Amino acid sequence: MKSEYDIVVVGAGPAGSVAAKYAASQGVSVLVLEKDRDVGYPVRCGEAVSKDRLAEFVEPDKKWICAEVDKFSFIAPNGNEVVLKFDQQGYVLERRIFDYELAKQASEAGAEILTRAYVNGLLFNNDKVTGVKYEYRGEQKEVNAKIVIAADGVESRVGRWAGLKTHVDFRDMECCVQYTVSNIKDINNETCYFYFGKNVAPSGYLWIFPKGNNTANIGLGISGLEGKKKSALSFLNEFMAEHYPDASVLTSIAGGVPCSITLEKISVQGIMLAGDAARQVNPLSGGGIASGMLGGSIAGRIAGESIKMNKPEHIFNYDSEWQDRYGKKHEIYDRIKNGIYDFTDEKFNSIADSFLKVPSDKRTLGKLFTTALINKPSLLIDVAKVFIK
Amino acid sequence: MIEILPDKCDFCGCCVGVCPEDAIELKEAAIRIIDPLCTNCSKCVWACPIEVILFNKNGVKL
Repeated sequence: MKSEYDIVVVGAGPAGSVAAKYAASQGVSVLVLEKDRDVGYPVRCGEAVSKDRLAEFVEPDKKWICAEVDKFSFIAPNGNEVVLKFDQQGYVLERRIFDYELAKQASEAGAEILTRAYVNGLLFNNDKVTGVKYEYRGEQKEVNAKIVIAADGVESRVGRWAGLKTHVDFRDMECCVQYTVSNIKDINNETCYFYFGKNVAPSGYLWIFPKGNNTANIGLGISGLEGKKKSALSFLNEFMAEHYPDASVLTSIAGGVPCSITLEKISVQGIMLAGDAARQVNPLSGGGIASGMLGGSIAGRIAGESIKMNKPEHIFNYDSEWQDRYGKKHEIYDRIKNGIYDFTDEKFNSIADSFLKVPSDKRTLGKLFTTALINKPSLLIDVAKVFIK
Repeated sequence: MIEILPDKCDFCGCCVGVCPEDAIELKEAAIRIIDPLCTNCSKCVWACPIEVILFNKNGVKL
């Protein structure tokens, strides 16, 4: 441990580890501080990710892939099921091994990693962030850094301390509960299931993602607005009692997913935000693994370049680069999300009915969203932009 | 006053994410409301996925 690093990364999730790897591989010094004792645990995630987007950052490895999926199944409130096969395959991950692997790659690139290190403040010189304060095994410590990358998750506070307005409107917070369960016999191992409806997961969805060997990741998210009336946990327990009364729950965990557009600013003097902390989650799907890794990779690369060029202001290019690579797309996803946010059960049922009349070789995600939003022409352009190639 | 039941909490951070006042401190397995900053807005109560944050009407702060 040194008292000063070129870059300190807060948080060792996918965004933090990838940022550390991309920075350290340029030969600059990097320290990662993780508040938990283990990297990758607990897992607060549905664990599904697209194959292509993942492969950009890490070589697929059987040890953290539970299932390879190539079908979506959407279940309407009345039970009608729409199945689509998609070209772009996906994985259901074992996140605790996956995250660990990413952290290992960061350390192999030269980053140091310290777990049980809880960051509780920033160091400043005038307005510029110059390091972090952290608690490590009961002792208060400090470490200086030319750049801090805050990848501290949905519960991010680091950005706030730097003056960024980072809190999530509670309407946009998907409040989630998730179980890993065994004794699940009637699901297809190549299919990701999504249930919709006001009795299942209002303003959100319930997922069942196969993890192989009769196990699955089952969870749901509801908007904070709905949580006001009934909690995510109550919804999930009712679903389990009705559909899988014999399932054994192996893990049970709560979590939050910030489903909004990316923060207006994700870099200020001496600090960059990445992953959930920057609100880089796809607001429509709630998927944040690949987009967090993308954000982390851009942040890490630019931070490393900034150090090597000795140009602190270079980090501000992160905002525009993120915006060009994915930010604009997320704004479209957010508009589509808002378009379907208030759909009633009747509406979901009628979408499924119309879609079932589409010949099966023409059933695509683009067609599904076009069917769903046929009465909102302005959003059809958005659907075309992100789903129709 | 807002009260968190620490024995039931999963330490997921949903409440911290929605808190407009930065009034919740979350460590690996410890959580507390920073009382001087809390305005009793209740957003954390509504956002908690597992109902372990309560609004205790008997103890509203002055």
